[in-house]
Amino acid sequence: MSMYIEMIRVRFLMMLAYRTNYYSGILIYSINIGAYYFLWSAIYGGKEQIQGLSVAQMTTYVAVAWMARAFYYNNIDREIAAEIKDGKVAIEMIRPYNYLGMKTMQALGEGVFRLLFFSVPGMIIVAMIFPVRFDASLTTWLFFFISLVFSFIVNTHINLLTGIMTFFLFNNSGLIRAKRVVIDLFSGLLLPISFYPDWAQTLMSYLPFQAISYVPSMIFTGGFVGQEIYKALLSQVFWVVILLIPIRLLWSLAKKHLIIQGG
Amino acid sequence: MFYLSLFFQYASQYLKTRLTYRADTIIEILSDLLFQAVNLIFIVIVFRHTAFLGGWNRDEIIFIYGFFLVPYAIFSSFFNIWDFNERYIVKGEMDRILTRPVHSLFQIILERIELESLFGAITGLLVMGYAIMNLDINFAWYDVLIFIVMVIGGAFIYAGIFISIATIGFWSDSRTDIMPMMYNISNYGRYPINIYNKVIQFVLTWILPFAFVGVYPASYFLNREEWYGYAFFTPVMGILFFGIAILLWNAGVKRYRGAGN
Repeated sequence: MSMYIEMIRVRFLMMLAYRTNYYSGILIYSINIGAYYFLWSAIYGGKEQIQGLSVAQMTTYVAVAWMARAFYYNNIDREIAAEIKDGKVAIEMIRPYNYLGMKTMQALGEGVFRLLFFSVPGMIIVAMIFPVRFDASLTTWLFFFISLVFSFIVNTHINLLTGIMTFFLFNNSGLIRAKRVVIDLFSGLLLPISFYPDWAQTLMSYLPFQAISYVPSMIFTGGFVGQEIYKALLSQVFWVVILLIPIRLLWSLAKKHLIIQGG
Repeated sequence: MFYLSLFFQYASQYLKTRLTYRADTIIEILSDLLFQAVNLIFIVIVFRHTAFLGGWNRDEIIFIYGFFLVPYAIFSSFFNIWDFNERYIVKGEMDRILTRPVHSLFQIILERIELESLFGAITGLLVMGYAIMNLDINFAWYDVLIFIVMVIGGAFIYAGIFISIATIGFWSDSRTDIMPMMYNISNYGRYPINIYNKVIQFVLTWILPFAFVGVYPASYFLNREEWYGYAFFTPVMGILFFGIAILLWNAGVKRYRGAGN
């Protein structure tokens, strides 16, 4: 266990070492949220509400969605793909830890780093400039953080799956890119799921992606209340558990199937 | 001539690799299509809830998006340097590049071409075609030439910005999260510039001039005369930003000392 905590720490420190881009990163982050704010203000025009969200809630939704993204987003799929391609994965597999577990811990180290050094300062800047509301109640913050942890796990599960697919596709950059695009759209990062036509909402309710961005953002903005919050959290737990099955399956298949390309 | 034949040799090598990893190539083309669809879906869904965006209607916005796809496709086929820092500086590949007898930037462009991204230009033309069918606009014969000039200008602006960012690698060997964020910002050039506040308008026009890759040049074809001044400035901005990028690159290469060893 302490080994895994050490991995989080090491990755965190590694991120800390590369620090020239903190400031520019935070600035770009704020510009990004700002641009969305104006885009949404233009979309709202004079309207009070669209799909039950006011323009202030919508701005908060966007800001929180991006803040959450900094935490759950990671590139372990690309790292796994690279390690499979240069054959490093063979060495990793004989080491005394679980390879996928290690990758998850590294992702967590990165996520915690981004949350502290990107999201938090970025949010402070954004809150000073735009009408974003962070005055949610303590329970809302609590539910938000719980759901954020599940977001991280679901997203990491999906990244592990895409990474493992390299064993079967050999070169995996296409799938990795497709995955990123699908997550941005279907997770509710760009648009709340409630804005979609009904048939699309039904379709998306069968996919794991809303567990990544839509749930935490809706909880935070008060788009979900009472029972809805528990239902949303339960759906996240559901995907956390269900996604383990294909990961275990593909991983044990991959181990039998290992082809080192070159090296 | 030497540069041109090198280009074709690299391109044919590239096609061979792509054919080796056939499944991935197909997924990659599909993922590009999906990426283009996502933005279109965004526009379509947004216009389910509003009729105008800063005075522009749905089909005009779709046209702007279609236009944007063409220079973007050219940029992403030939200037795929978003992982320059990790690949060339951190891993020390730059040392190898500098031993080659061609300009270092050209060498990297050759190594990193992604010809399948050109499919995006076709999607862009189709999207524009769809918008034109719903809009009442006429074209003159010379509009084709203007289109080509604007597209090249836009691609150069993109290339200029991303090459400039890549050159940060020469001064600091840190990994950078700037590039992926920049892709997000580049999206805002596709929406009517007048919806943003003055600061963002200024940034998108003069600092990260992504508006010149979408809304400004497209407004020429949409007969939005109030934006013509900016529209015709597109090629100038292209040359300017690409020029700055080359200067930064050359200065960076001079400074480059190699990573370790």
